Amino acid sequence: MIDWGAIFSNAAVELISPTTAAYALAALGLAVHFGYTGLLNFGQAGFMALGAYGYAISTLTFGFPVWAAVLVGIGASVIFALVLGIPTLRLRADYLAIVTIAAAEIVRLLFTTNTFEPVTGSANGLSGYKGGFAALNPIPDGTYGFGPFEYNAYDWWLRIVAWTIVILACLFTWQIMRSPWGRVIKGIREDEDAVRALGKNVYFYKMQSLILGGVYGTIAGMIFVLPRAVVPSNYQTSLTFFIYAILLLGGAATILGPVIGSMVFWVLLSFFSGFIARAVEAGWIPFLTSIQAGQLRFILVGVAIMLIVIYRPQGIFGNKKELAFVK
Amino acid sequence: MSSNSVPTAKPVKTVDMHIGEAVPGCRKKDPILVVDGVSRTFGGLKAVDVEHLEVPRGAITALIGPNGAGKTTLFNLLTGFDKPDSGSWTFEGTPIGGMAAFKVARMGQVRTFQLTKALGLLTVMDNMLLGAKAQVGENLFRAVLPFLWRQQEADNRDKAMDLLARFKLDTKKDDYAASLSGGQRKLLEMARALMSDPTLVMLDEPMAGVNPALTQSLLDHILNLKAEGMSVLFVEHDMHMVRHIADWVIVMAEGRVVAEGDPHEVMRNQAVIDAYLGQHHDEDLGEDPSAEQQNVGAIKELLDDEL
Repeated sequence: MIDWGAIFSNAAVELISPTTAAYALAALGLAVHFGYTGLLNFGQAGFMALGAYGYAISTLTFGFPVWAAVLVGIGASVIFALVLGIPTLRLRADYLAIVTIAAAEIVRLLFTTNTFEPVTGSANGLSGYKGGFAALNPIPDGTYGFGPFEYNAYDWWLRIVAWTIVILACLFTWQIMRSPWGRVIKGIREDEDAVRALGKNVYFYKMQSLILGGVYGTIAGMIFVLPRAVVPSNYQTSLTFFIYAILLLGGAATILGPVIGSMVFWVLLSFFSGFIARAVEAGWIPFLTSIQAGQLRFILVGVAIMLIVIYRPQGIFGNKKELAFVK
Repeated sequence: MSSNSVPTAKPVKTVDMHIGEAVPGCRKKDPILVVDGVSRTFGGLKAVDVEHLEVPRGAITALIGPNGAGKTTLFNLLTGFDKPDSGSWTFEGTPIGGMAAFKVARMGQVRTFQLTKALGLLTVMDNMLLGAKAQVGENLFRAVLPFLWRQQEADNRDKAMDLLARFKLDTKKDDYAASLSGGQRKLLEMARALMSDPTLVMLDEPMAGVNPALTQSLLDHILNLKAEGMSVLFVEHDMHMVRHIADWVIVMAEGRVVAEGDPHEVMRNQAVIDAYLGQHHDEDLGEDPSAEQQNVGAIKELLDDEL
């Protein structure tokens, strides 16, 4: 028999896991880029890698305190956004897509190459940088929580910090998107020449948007590595595509969409993988090995996302009215 | 005011704006825009080659010419949407040659587009508010602090409501601009341009694709711009409209200004007839039937314009 309780409790754990928070924040960055400004950034994985490595390297190699390590990561992503944006933001939108996807791969390969092995750890990555963050934990040792949500002090501290950051980023984004600044940004998405003709420095606004969404991605990258190690293969382009899937699932130009989208994505992924693994064990799917079953979950998530995009193309929180006019 | 669509009385024409003969490039008594030696080539094609041109202040100037005459290219150059190969121009005495489009707009020279650029997934009101100048809340850091821009936003909103009421779009203020008809989008684009209190309004084919019922109201709005002290430069193909509202007409052909003058006189100018009909319309073309066909077509077009 299948242990449904374990499947559901494992899925429920993903609701508030730090990984879900990291993906939510990275997707919120993409919402700023793609949903609000219309910038096709396909290099969000690169921004996340800069956050992860920026934090880990400055802690391990240079012995920086937590706040300085965070600033190093953010600084690196601001520079990355400038390097990407200065040559491409004047060009048509699709060029940014090409440049960002290539740049993110360059970043990943630079961190993978053996040349910088003493600093980056090459393909093995980095670990042992969590001490500073754990030392800030005000929660006394012990285990807290109920049901599936039972964690030790470090795990709770990590979840509280991660989701606080997500909530603050949501509030900040919500506020700026309903301000005149957000109006200019949304205008640029619709037609940048029209906005230019109204006296707005479109290039400058696009750069601000690219930096802001990139910084979200970078902070997401730091949250992402706090419950695990930094491994370069985590930052492949598929990471960017998962984040896009989350964004479209929740609704591209929404604040809550990326957050709820991330929760749905991870709960579904965990549910499917738990279900299939146990179904194979129980002999329900005789033609699959357990290794094949591990891959099948991505196919099922893909199907689920396709169904949502077909039957609810505006995403969970998107405005149906907007789609009536999509060209 | 003339926000109704009933044809209004004959508009008051501004006259006596030029100095000396009304020849191409003639000087104006009070020019708002002065163009010198502007050229732009696309590959081997010289799209624009204007030696000297002055646009009078406080008047409605029409820019006409056959297809491919370089009218829209000149528009794009003057508004900073394209870079010239050579040349310079001044707006209200300030050189703005090669200046970025957004800076040109901030100086008070705003434009509309031949293909309307309503911002579809923004509401009509948001479209209007986007037109307002010097908004405090358009700075990312001040955007976070609503008390800094709330008052300005409210003022802009009132101003936008006034303009929308004039353009009969006030009932649509919360609709997406994408839900408007083609003509309403033209109106919205014009109203949006007015949010910035421009001194020179440049309209690229304001009548293209507008149904006849809206044409009269659009004409009245253009005449109102002049009544409020703005200068207007517009590109148009409809000769009837040009004659009706323009105070001054500039005719372009093959990138050059070939004639200038009062709308009624300029139509009789030999260079204008040549421009529209081709250089050899009065020669015997009997031996070249294809050329004859082309010319017959062109004459038909002109007759349509005259109707």
